[in-house]
Amino acid sequence: MSDGQRIIETLHALVDEDIAIMHICGTHEAAIARAGIRSLLPERLKIVMGPGCPVCITPQGEIDAALDLVDQGCIVATYGDLLRVPGTRGSLESSGGDVRVVQGVHKAVEIAQREPEKEVAFISVGFETTAPTVAAAILGNPPENFSILSCHRLVPPAMQWLLEQGEAELHGFMLPGHVCTVAGYREYERFPVPQVVAGFEPEDILLGLVMLARQIRRGERRIENAYPRAVTREGNAKAKRLMYQVFEPVDVEWRGFPVIPESGLRLRQEYARYDAQKKFCIEIKHVEKHSACICDQVLRGIARPSDCRLFAKGCTPRTPVGPCMVSQEGACRIWHLYESRRA
Amino acid sequence: MCIAIPAEVIEIRGESIALVDFGDLQQEIRIDLVDVEPGDFVLVHVGFAIQRLSREEGLETREIFRQVYAAMEE
Ligand code: SF4
Repeated sequence: MSDGQRIIETLHALVDEDIAIMHICGTHEAAIARAGIRSLLPERLKIVMGPGCPVCITPQGEIDAALDLVDQGCIVATYGDLLRVPGTRGSLESSGGDVRVVQGVHKAVEIAQREPEKEVAFISVGFETTAPTVAAAILGNPPENFSILSCHRLVPPAMQWLLEQGEAELHGFMLPGHVCTVAGYREYERFPVPQVVAGFEPEDILLGLVMLARQIRRGERRIENAYPRAVTREGNAKAKRLMYQVFEPVDVEWRGFPVIPESGLRLRQEYARYDAQKKFCIEIKHVEKHSACICDQVLRGIARPSDCRLFAKGCTPRTPVGPCMVSQEGACRIWHLYESRRA
Repeated sequence: MCIAIPAEVIEIRGESIALVDFGDLQQEIRIDLVDVEPGDFVLVHVGFAIQRLSREEGLETREIFRQVYAAMEE
């Protein structure tokens, strides 16, 4: 019997009540969908994807702010994943402006150096994994014609909100591997819920589920690290130090969530000259959603992509209606990829 | 974009740039966030090394990530 099969049997023996586990990571979702893990699970065990896609949780008001920067004549640089996310009036891709896809913030800084007569605004999305890279770039004293629109988010405050709110009835969390690689997991120890840091092989994920199911069955609530090869309790201390040297926490809205206290990052006063929002007087507005897209519920773990009546019909990777179908880490896009393959 | 891929450090080029090997591709990346030497494995995200990895971890994870990401990019 293979390791995988043995783990699956153990899991079946452990689960005798309804259990819902949330993971918060697009790479976990892709690994789960790719290996068909959901079809191997005990019927009473559900895995849901939470707000683990940075592009997806960026609210529409921030996409609109990026479009405002286009209108003001800026070169807008960002990650490819963000290009087709619909804002109130089209997307960055359809904006007709000078929008450039870059691998990372350092490439946007290079554009600003090469084209000093233009303003370059970098749309800076991402969790704790990404924010330190932007901090490092800012500390490198980029030229004056460079600025960022900070759309960064921190994962623990969203987890806190999900736990307090209780809507998704979650019994445990699989912590985001790459976020924890940088941030460590010490900060998660305050959450009174079973948690496991898991790797990305199908066996790693199954093992993580066994650990969670065992904790749940025994009534334990702690963090187990099933991925010690990459993740430590403290994470990358240098990266975290740079991140907080440049940014400070701020209350912000997430797509699908209300304003979550201290869940975003804004540039500290010292670096305010790089803040595109201040530089170009951009106001970020709350936008009420009006389409049939249920990304908001998908991100909170209370709906699956296939619950959306547009899924694979009006909404496909070619004609995305919501961000969860645009981003490579979006649950709808990942489900669409594997469902269309299986069919 | 939260995607991260293990790579081996080949050469340090200046204070915060290194040439790394992804297995099928060599590229310059930023090493502002880690202290590394040639031969170390790092996890690379948006063009930056974000953490050091053990050699075994680097080699093992690389393959699975490559498969998962290749599918995601379709
Ligand atoms: S399938 Fe499309 S419309 Fe439906 S929730 Fe997903 S992104 Fe939104």
